[in-house]
Amino acid sequence: MQPLKTDIRKKGKDPWSKELKKSWPLYVLCIPALVCVLIFAYGPMVGLVMAFQDYKPWLGISGSAWIGWDNFARIFQYKEATQAITNTLIIAVIKIVVGIVVPIIMAILLSEIRNMGVKKSIQTLVYLPHFLSWVTVAGIMIDLLGLDGGINHVLTSVFGIQPVYFLGDPVLFRPTVIISDLWKNFGFGMIVYLAVITGIDPSYYEAAEIDGASRWQQIRHVTLPSMLPMIIVIATLSLGNILDAGFEQIFNLYNPLVYSTGDIIDTYVYRSSLLNGQYGFGTAVGLFKSGISFVLIVISYRIAYKAANYKIF
Amino acid sequence: MYHKSKGYKIFSFFNYIFLILIALSCFLPMLHLLAQSLSSKSAINGNLVSFWPVDFNMDAYAKTFRNTNFTGSMQISVFRTVLGTLISMFVITTAGYALSKDFRGRNVLMWIFIFTMLFSGGLIPSYILVTKLGFKDTIWSLVLPGAFGAYNLILIMNFFKTIPKALEEAAFIDGASFFVIFRKIYLPLSLPGLATVGLFIMVGHWNAWFDGILYMSSTENYPLASFLQTVVVQGSAQSMALSQSEAAALSEQSIKAAQIFISTLPIILVYPFLQKYFVKGIVLGAVKE
Repeated sequence: MQPLKTDIRKKGKDPWSKELKKSWPLYVLCIPALVCVLIFAYGPMVGLVMAFQDYKPWLGISGSAWIGWDNFARIFQYKEATQAITNTLIIAVIKIVVGIVVPIIMAILLSEIRNMGVKKSIQTLVYLPHFLSWVTVAGIMIDLLGLDGGINHVLTSVFGIQPVYFLGDPVLFRPTVIISDLWKNFGFGMIVYLAVITGIDPSYYEAAEIDGASRWQQIRHVTLPSMLPMIIVIATLSLGNILDAGFEQIFNLYNPLVYSTGDIIDTYVYRSSLLNGQYGFGTAVGLFKSGISFVLIVISYRIAYKAANYKIF
Repeated sequence: MYHKSKGYKIFSFFNYIFLILIALSCFLPMLHLLAQSLSSKSAINGNLVSFWPVDFNMDAYAKTFRNTNFTGSMQISVFRTVLGTLISMFVITTAGYALSKDFRGRNVLMWIFIFTMLFSGGLIPSYILVTKLGFKDTIWSLVLPGAFGAYNLILIMNFFKTIPKALEEAAFIDGASFFVIFRKIYLPLSLPGLATVGLFIMVGHWNAWFDGILYMSSTENYPLASFLQTVVVQGSAQSMALSQSEAAALSEQSIKAAQIFISTLPIILVYPFLQKYFVKGIVLGAVKE
């Protein structure tokens, strides 16, 4: 205990009264954000106790009966719930892998474009879909992928294939979801990698050139190693998203035909609780997801910090 | 100098073609939508419309702007975006300024804010809270719950940290308080940072649709994105309210396309500004020294 005390004195920390007199405006400036967070972020956390209740809206949290872990046990009894968890994992993992690999490849390819005008134009266009809402993208896709939509029009008239119902076929639904997510977000994911490539010291390339390295060898031995720390950071941090398969997208694209492969935890929570009134159960599923995500995020931040010296702030 | 080999030239050629095709694929769906919105029903039904309007007409737009559900939703969206962005920016810049300084308890506060990125109460508790607060069917349900964002706070904080400390010290000596320094030095000097985050928040509000569906019990109170969700995705016919003669002349797809296009127009208009700032913003958020 003793060393701790001298530590504080060494740093010259003022007592609270003195600090308040000096820095009170800083505390005041934090109040609006603090109030927001306490109400809208920490407030709902209190409501998590519903996960342990047979919650009835007319009885409220104080009046509803406590049922312990029953709601959680039900997660593993309901086929629909386990199915949603499996779907979430599969869709999210593929999305994460594809969503890291493709932007890296695209960033490298784009960095090989020497014409600045072309490069800038391509960049501007590929970032655009990220800023469209999923409602807009879903509108486009429902039209494009419908039975008489543009894609099927091409498939039938050019290739003579029977029309395919992309959004109503359990087998095709996942690939459709993954590709459309990629289409919307790869440009945005590319930004950081491009910034890293732009920041590489050109003398590395010159040295490799003199040593007789081909362009491909230069990419392998200069570009990729320079990108590695950033790739590690992004890959480890995305570990925390392993239970996030994209509510907005799935909600706008799915339908009962594809529940078997497309229903994810978030859409299942929405349907089972807000639509069917099982508030306690829905909260339990949500808490199950948040809990696992929390552990994964903490682990991934640890790894990112150890492996690449990444700090949140 | 280094890319003269024959193999590289071939690669380069295909690389250009490939990337240009990919870039077009990101933009052509919007063009298709625009073409559909300006085409006639027979042309759309006959699958004749690709990227250029066939039988050019503006009827779908005229119809859309006569639809009071649409224009009403648009007003709600505009109001929500302006109010929501102002509130968010106020909350985030004040805290961001304070937290970019060193004071006692700063780290504790910082963790209180960061923790919201790691763990949340989830959908149902949030829904019940907003309902209990009496925000249901009011604009507050759309602008208050998401007003604070930890990620935006970190971005703003990092922008504030790039402002030289000497400026602040000089102002202190001249007798300025924290509040004056915040308003007269930090806010004006970090305008590019504020613009980045502000645009992010604006786009977020404009595009948000789920909270509208969740918290508004009547479609009349839906913001534009929620209204569109019902039209485009749920395809509810009554919200289109077409009369018989209009239904005969106008393609449903054409009206949908017009509505989607109009709702996306503000994004496309601010996009040049967004694009200018956000690259810097993202990189600042991800790469730290």
